[in-house]
Amino acid sequence: METLSVEHLLGIKNLTQADIELIFKTADEFKAVINRPIKKVPSLRDITIANLFFENSTRTKLSFELAERRLSADVINFASGSSSVKKGETLLDTVNNILAMKVDMVVLRHPNPGAQIYLSKKINAKIVNAGDGAHEHPTQALLDAFSIREKYGEVKGKKIVIVGDILHSRVALSNIFCLQKLGAEVMLCGPATLIPKYAHSLGVKIEHDLLKALEWCDVANMLRIQLERQDTKFFPSSREYIMQYGLDLNKLNSLSKEITIMHPGPINRGVEISSEVADSNQSIILNQVENGVAIRMAVMYLLAAKINR
Amino acid sequence: MEPRIIIDSIEFNLILKRLAYQLIENHGDFSNSAIIGLQTKGVVLADRLKKELDKILPNANILCGALDITFFRDDFRRGSKPLVANTTKIDFIIENKNIILIDDVFFTGRTVRAGLDAMLAFGRPASVELLVFVNRRYKRHLPVQPTYIGKTVDSVDSEKVKVEWSDEEGKDQVVLYKTEN
Repeated sequence: METLSVEHLLGIKNLTQADIELIFKTADEFKAVINRPIKKVPSLRDITIANLFFENSTRTKLSFELAERRLSADVINFASGSSSVKKGETLLDTVNNILAMKVDMVVLRHPNPGAQIYLSKKINAKIVNAGDGAHEHPTQALLDAFSIREKYGEVKGKKIVIVGDILHSRVALSNIFCLQKLGAEVMLCGPATLIPKYAHSLGVKIEHDLLKALEWCDVANMLRIQLERQDTKFFPSSREYIMQYGLDLNKLNSLSKEITIMHPGPINRGVEISSEVADSNQSIILNQVENGVAIRMAVMYLLAAKINR
Repeated sequence: MEPRIIIDSIEFNLILKRLAYQLIENHGDFSNSAIIGLQTKGVVLADRLKKELDKILPNANILCGALDITFFRDDFRRGSKPLVANTTKIDFIIENKNIILIDDVFFTGRTVRAGLDAMLAFGRPASVELLVFVNRRYKRHLPVQPTYIGKTVDSVDSEKVKVEWSDEEGKDQVVLYKTEN
């Protein structure tokens, strides 16, 4: 029986190529399910899933919750802003209290890199990483690669440039691991201050000239500047960043070929990407959102298969 | 024990023809009926039956679909059944149609129960019938019975009944295997 090689989804780094392909194959069928008049299957009807978000999130949380409900799981939600975490409770205590309510799976977003890895060693439930600091965001990378596969038939051999704030981005790191495992070439593009020093060790190309990077690639994944994670100035002004790294219609039309535009959201329109580009035919941003539900259904379905009663 | 052929190629094709005529007897020109094969082997049977029906009713555009029940199984996490679904392809409206669900071997009834659930995602049919090529007696877990039966076989738990197809295994036949346990 085909099954995942891991017990939790902590990061793309731990997955094999076969794992990723199994998730995609399963997501293909879930995508068909969510496009039917009745968008639900009963697979996880005896599973309870807790969504623990220690950081703000809109689309990831909604996407996970929708995926859980489409699988017929019972769902409980937790946001740290309105919880006892404010009263000084530790992460492990919070989670153990929730698990005492007989929860089978935890979807966790946390500002500290590695929080999910720590928890996976302490608790019995399956853990899905929904983002840990600037480390990994595996379901986002899976849905990005799935969207590229959907557009081009396969990811292998494709050239993908990730543009913007790589230094603070968990999406970038997970995307690099995922795309490389599937045989794609990855380039990072942004101001030198926002490209991490270790980037060379990841086997990626680095380019500081946006037009050169766009001319090289098949797909451009535009990232948001994460002001909430920046404690110093990384570039002189927003205006200068927009001029150098903002993707607008002029830059897109100046290319010798048609490329595909992606964005993990939330978009800062007029900063990293102009409205015309975000809403153009070359953009697959909304396909990414739709695919996010199918990918998350696949991940939770495959992990739930490993729960022993 | 050597595998034993319980339906040979000649009988196999006679049964297919008989099932086709039985369907026509009840569904006429199929103007308000459709056949749906359960993945994976029920789909093979549905395709072969459609070929037989097309020979007899060349002008009746018979609707034929494929339904996967993986996500509707009641034994998820309880065994070694495949996790990965096959494609469901029902590109017609089943609302108010007379549906014939098709599977190759009928045993516990659990696959058909899941098939009934899975089908409801596509609407509310007027009626549902069940056609099976081999009906294994003595092991029903659920109160489900087929409407059309190719052949009824008495077998024990330790035996496995396999319907083989000329397109896939090289020969149309039904074989009884002894399993290890």
